[in-house]
Amino acid sequence: MAKAIAVEGLERAFDEVLAVQGVDLEVGEGEIYGFLGPNGAGKTTTVRMLTTLLLPTGGRASVAGYDVVAEARRVRASIGVALQEAALDPLMTGRELIRLQATLQGLPGAEGKRRADDLLERVDLAGAADRRVGGYSGGMKRRLDLAAALVHEPRVLFLDEPTTGLDPVSRKTIWEEVRTLNDEGTTVFLTTQYLEEADQLADNVAIIDSGRIVAEGTPASLKAEIGHPHIRLQLEEGSIAAAEEICARIGPLLPPMDGKTVLVEVEHGAADIPRVVRALDEASIAVGSLELVHPSLDDVFVAKTGYHLEQDGDESDEGEGAVTE
Amino acid sequence: MATNLRVVRALGMRSIRQTFRRPQLMAPIIVFPTLLLAIQTGGAGGAVDLPGFPPVQSFLQFMLAGAMMQSLMLAGNSGGIALAVDIEMGFTDRLFAAPISRYTIVLGRLAGTAALGLLSALWFFAIGLIFGTEIEGGIPGALLAIALVTVTAMAVGGLGAAIALRTGSASVVQGLFPLVLVVLFLSSAFFPVDLMIEPAKTIAEYNPLSLIVEGVREPIISGIDASDTANALLAIAGIVVLGLVLSARALRHRLRVG
Repeated sequence: MAKAIAVEGLERAFDEVLAVQGVDLEVGEGEIYGFLGPNGAGKTTTVRMLTTLLLPTGGRASVAGYDVVAEARRVRASIGVALQEAALDPLMTGRELIRLQATLQGLPGAEGKRRADDLLERVDLAGAADRRVGGYSGGMKRRLDLAAALVHEPRVLFLDEPTTGLDPVSRKTIWEEVRTLNDEGTTVFLTTQYLEEADQLADNVAIIDSGRIVAEGTPASLKAEIGHPHIRLQLEEGSIAAAEEICARIGPLLPPMDGKTVLVEVEHGAADIPRVVRALDEASIAVGSLELVHPSLDDVFVAKTGYHLEQDGDESDEGEGAVTE
Repeated sequence: MATNLRVVRALGMRSIRQTFRRPQLMAPIIVFPTLLLAIQTGGAGGAVDLPGFPPVQSFLQFMLAGAMMQSLMLAGNSGGIALAVDIEMGFTDRLFAAPISRYTIVLGRLAGTAALGLLSALWFFAIGLIFGTEIEGGIPGALLAIALVTVTAMAVGGLGAAIALRTGSASVVQGLFPLVLVVLFLSSAFFPVDLMIEPAKTIAEYNPLSLIVEGVREPIISGIDASDTANALLAIAGIVVLGLVLSARALRHRLRVG
């Protein structure tokens, strides 16, 4: 598969601090690539280098086949960029912004107007197109930013935390639009601090921590690296010891979450559920609830970095992702 | 080339719209200089009778060039503030990520500042004419003065843009506001150099702004003078070169630091 993005040993130092340290990655044409990590991990610095907004201090990178340093202008003609904290002028109207973006991308006046109208319709902002952006909601701003990034039909689209601070409905709307764009052939490089977002959208995921890539692969392969799924059983307190003894014969027990839960790893996933239920039933142990839990990207994140990537973005307006030890 | 010109025009139009839509950017360009002009002509009009004061029809006729200079200097400062605000809110990233020459971003801003300089010149000429001021250089003199004000606005805007690009901070550029007034008062903008006392007199004599002021003032108070015009153009060229060099260095710095 042709490479839309190829990065080799990319580095960026700010004085003595190495914000990005020897990043290697490849993104195929037509792929959605999730770049996952907490605040300060080096996601945005990497994106800024790939979008020619920041010069690397080491390594090399090409986007759409062009070197980000030597052929920066060709890179810029091939990419669409929607950066973190939608960089919009609150005094402009949505229509003015898209038309300005069309001019910046070299589209002739008439084509720029047509594209602006089409895109405003596409992101459901036609009705608000002549209102100033300062009065838009967070979701509307993100959709406008996305539309602006698409005005010249770029081959590669960079989305830097496109849903940070959005409510769940707005987030899903952006996800649907990203999927549609990808179906139309656009390669998407998506940074996020939301595990679910990477899981839902990305064909491949890289986890970056302290400027280094600590894991890379498809979401499924990364989860598979972590281990088998487990069954979570909610039981009455008095039956925990007996249930643990029975479950231990089926698979290894995982550390319990509380005094009412038993976690047992199962090699064959759903196929093992009847075995567990039968064994508990034969011992007359009542099961309050049962759930098959597959390893999540959070488990992968914890395994690779040693801490959780907290998902509290719904309440966050600042896009600050918290890291918990 | 055609694309670059379209970009400069589009960014210039945005810059003008931005100024009209943000009153705090418009006030220093039109409101403050108009108020100062009214206060000075009302309170210090008798200065024209001082020995050594250049022969003028009225103090207002003398002050028009100073008001225009104040307006264009503050337009340049406001342009710098607006650019710094763009940097702070990330809007310049949108521009830097486009396949255009990065100098068109600065030129677009300067085109907008030049247009505001033109507006300011027209505004103060209109005030002068309403209050009976004669333009001794006639229509050619008025056109020359308007052209000089417009070009100077762009030149001063270049300095504002360079500081904005270097610092990326609107408050730093805004902090230059008092300095702009000091530079203006230490020039011939509001008072004839010959009537100043030392050391202000010497400073004003060497202040390139005085050369520009005289280039704008002469067509209004006595007619076009080739020597004054040449001196003004020379001073403007110096500011343009300084602004371009500093802006180019600041742009490179911004790319290095992101």
